[in-house]
Amino acid sequence: MLSRKSVLRVVSKLLIPPILLFALYVQFHGDFGPGGGFQAGVIFASAFILYSLIFGAHAARLAAPSWLTRWMLSCGVLLYAGVGVATMLMGGDFLDYSVLASNPLLGQHIGISLIEFGVGTTVAGAMITIFLIFDGSILNRRDE
Amino acid sequence: MQYIHDHFNYWIVIVLMMTGFYMVIAHKNMIKKIVGLNIFQVSVFVFYISMGKIEGGTAPILADGIDVYSNPLPHVLILTAIVVGVATTALGLALTVRINDSFGSIEEDVIEAAENAEDDKTSALRAGNRK
Amino acid sequence: MAITAFGLVYLSSLFAVAMLSGIFSLSAASLYLVMDAVDVAFTEAAVGAGISTVLMLGTLALTTRREKTSKDNKALPLVIVSATGALLIYATLDMPPYGDPAAPINHHVAVRYIEKSGIEVGPPNIVTSVLASYRGYDTLGEVTVIFTAAIGVMALMGRSRKPRRKQKKDRA
Repeated sequence: MLSRKSVLRVVSKLLIPPILLFALYVQFHGDFGPGGGFQAGVIFASAFILYSLIFGAHAARLAAPSWLTRWMLSCGVLLYAGVGVATMLMGGDFLDYSVLASNPLLGQHIGISLIEFGVGTTVAGAMITIFLIFDGSILNRRDE
Repeated sequence: MQYIHDHFNYWIVIVLMMTGFYMVIAHKNMIKKIVGLNIFQVSVFVFYISMGKIEGGTAPILADGIDVYSNPLPHVLILTAIVVGVATTALGLALTVRINDSFGSIEEDVIEAAENAEDDKTSALRAGNRK
Repeated sequence: MAITAFGLVYLSSLFAVAMLSGIFSLSAASLYLVMDAVDVAFTEAAVGAGISTVLMLGTLALTTRREKTSKDNKALPLVIVSATGALLIYATLDMPPYGDPAAPINHHVAVRYIEKSGIEVGPPNIVTSVLASYRGYDTLGEVTVIFTAAIGVMALMGRSRKPRRKQKKDRA
């Protein structure tokens, strides 16, 4: 079993950390170059999908248990809406990041980083959840 | 010649859109219908992006020495639409899988026949009960 | 790209259709790149060529690999499609030419985004500042849609996970 797929295993082990790192780079460098939460979430999820294709769904479930992906899914949306509510509490409009810091530009920067992080978390959580559910029911089918 | 160059993008969009439309209405297989919807979706994306392109413009990332940028607004709308599109496609595929579980087929006519047979059965049962 | 799309119509092997739709997305991504939409091309390459192909293959594994060839008459759909296409082409006669800076779409808010976003919001990437700041409401809505779609998939198919756990325990 192990020898049959050893090339795939070694190559994917080499590839997965750079993919995750690239996702984080895309996430936090989205202000300056192309990128942002949406792309970062998808790339992050694709690293998990690669892992799960090579090492099997059970191993992937150990790395990303279903409670974790569900929390990611909902926490991202909550973080996004929470930033909006926080700006309202601090005296601005909903999602008006300028009030988050004394300097409006800094406030905008903080706000954008936070909500992009929320977007990335939700997208990654959603994609991993959807994929693992499909994968899980394929395995289920095979068991029967 | 100039006219063709000016409007070629719209023609590409229309050809793609009609291909997707044809797949949706002419095929009975649900996966092909979903793929057709995806093509339709991509054609709309291409339409938006091509409208936002400005001759001689560059990507909308601010830099020194560049004055002409393409319109960033369609990019924003389409960027989110792509990710939403894949999420809804996943939902459609999940529905297809469930339909396959219930009816044993993803062909529209087979499902319709099965549903009609079921309806006949229940109405016959009801008629029998009434007697 | 149009050739790939036509290929998608005629192939009845669904496996080939899934692969070809990945190629289709990739060519769409390069088309976006030509039209200056780097962010969009990035997303399409990651999403269309990666995730949706994998999901499509997953569905095929759960359903069937071949499309049933139907003997239905394809003339009527073809007529409808050609008529709609002809109407749409007629409609493009009035559209502004490709790449025209004077087109209506390039006038209202877009000018302000390009001129002011560097001063008002900060990030050099205008797409990011419009996405997150000027149009924050929209993006919140989109994220909610993704959230809802994932919940929907969980509701439709997640049920089947419980029996598997039981089986695992039984085996152990």
